[in-house]
Amino acid sequence: MATESTNSLAKSGAGKMIFFVLIGLAVLAFIAALMDDYEGGLSIHPMDQFIVAPLFGDGPVGMFTITNATLWMALAVLAVVLLMVIGTRGRAVIPSRSQSMAELAYGFVRNMVEDVAGKDALPYFPYIFTLFLYILCANFLGLIPGSFTTTSHIAVTAILAAAVFLTVTILGFVKNGAGFLSLFWVSSAPLALRPILAVIELISYFVRPVSHSIRLAGNVMAGHAVLKVFAGFAGALGLAGIAPIIGVVAIYGLEVLVSAIQAYVFTILTCVYLKDALHPHH
Amino acid sequence: MADEAETTDAAHGAADAAQAVAAHGDGAPGMPQLDFSTFPNQIFWLVLTLLAIFFVLSKIALPRISAVIAERQGTLTNDLAAAEDLKRQAAEAEESYNTALANARAEAQKIAQETRDEIQAQLQVEIDKADAQIAARASEGEARIAEIEAGALATAEEVARDVAAEIVRALAPGQDVDAEAVSAAVTARVRG
Repeated sequence: MATESTNSLAKSGAGKMIFFVLIGLAVLAFIAALMDDYEGGLSIHPMDQFIVAPLFGDGPVGMFTITNATLWMALAVLAVVLLMVIGTRGRAVIPSRSQSMAELAYGFVRNMVEDVAGKDALPYFPYIFTLFLYILCANFLGLIPGSFTTTSHIAVTAILAAAVFLTVTILGFVKNGAGFLSLFWVSSAPLALRPILAVIELISYFVRPVSHSIRLAGNVMAGHAVLKVFAGFAGALGLAGIAPIIGVVAIYGLEVLVSAIQAYVFTILTCVYLKDALHPHH
Repeated sequence: MADEAETTDAAHGAADAAQAVAAHGDGAPGMPQLDFSTFPNQIFWLVLTLLAIFFVLSKIALPRISAVIAERQGTLTNDLAAAEDLKRQAAEAEESYNTALANARAEAQKIAQETRDEIQAQLQVEIDKADAQIAARASEGEARIAEIEAGALATAEEVARDVAAEIVRALAPGQDVDAEAVSAAVTARVRG
């Protein structure tokens, strides 16, 4: 390991050495940030990272109080602006790296909307893209050690899911009138079964926003809590803490994956619901 | 971060103690997600955030990106058309080159054939001339040979006649030699 690293350092020079040192410092800072709540002993508070607290002062959390949630939501907006506006400022036919990333995100969600919900869903693409970018940026920002993950809160994901549910339901009735109710009337099933199926379909329709919101918040919250628990073990075990630290690194990699996948899942489910609203006939 | 941790520690110290004694006595400190007092705050800022992102996307980012993509598509289409045009031109050039090459080849063949024919004709003329000369010389020679032959025969006859007359005279001296008879006999022997 030592000879390998010296070899690679000798080969690639000072630039790479600085890079590795920075990575090492980042890892140390990450571990320190994960562990700085613990003054020793096994007093792990994995849920403390989700506490919404005022950013300035110590007062109660009112509706307009600037909290850590406010800060990280603002940072999500900043990230979106950086990627989608600053990143594309070149307007180049042959895109720069940041511009091709922005175009990649654009094409990804646009194709998803078109493929899942059809061409007539494209007018709603900006709304869906807004949801996708917000969730993606919030999830990734939440993975910065010491940050606050806004999408880990059921209040946030419930509003996101409720907005989708209400929009889709209203849109379904506006576009199809009473015909939207045929969504619950499975015409391909035997006639005797249809009323029963209608009840099941109706229940599943109203469960949608619940699962839609809890899926996102639950995944993000669980991952972050597990990270915190492992970091707590690392703090408590001393030298043997290397094992939980390896675990933390592995789970962190998994969480990066989960962040992207949950943003994708939320978006594609939105597209599916939108498809039901635009084309309710099975 | 450390400050925040301390404040949260302070805020939740009592709750933690309560939790330690009666595990999950009251649910509130267990899950900050279920602390409904923070809901209006989060919802307010979330709506603001979503509006901000939506505004930025729909007013700035999306028109820009779709314009860039359309422009790229246009550039690609134009470039492809130009490439197609160039390809067609190249094919045309190649075709005309091939035509010119074939023409030149045919021309060269024609010239070579003409030259060959010309040379052949000239050669034929010369050969004919030479043949005629040879024929003339040969007939001339043949005439001379015939002449010489004829001359030689006449001379031989004459010599034979004289010799015969002398032989007759020598064999029969005093006898009158009939020149006419000798000559006729010799001629008959020579011819026969």
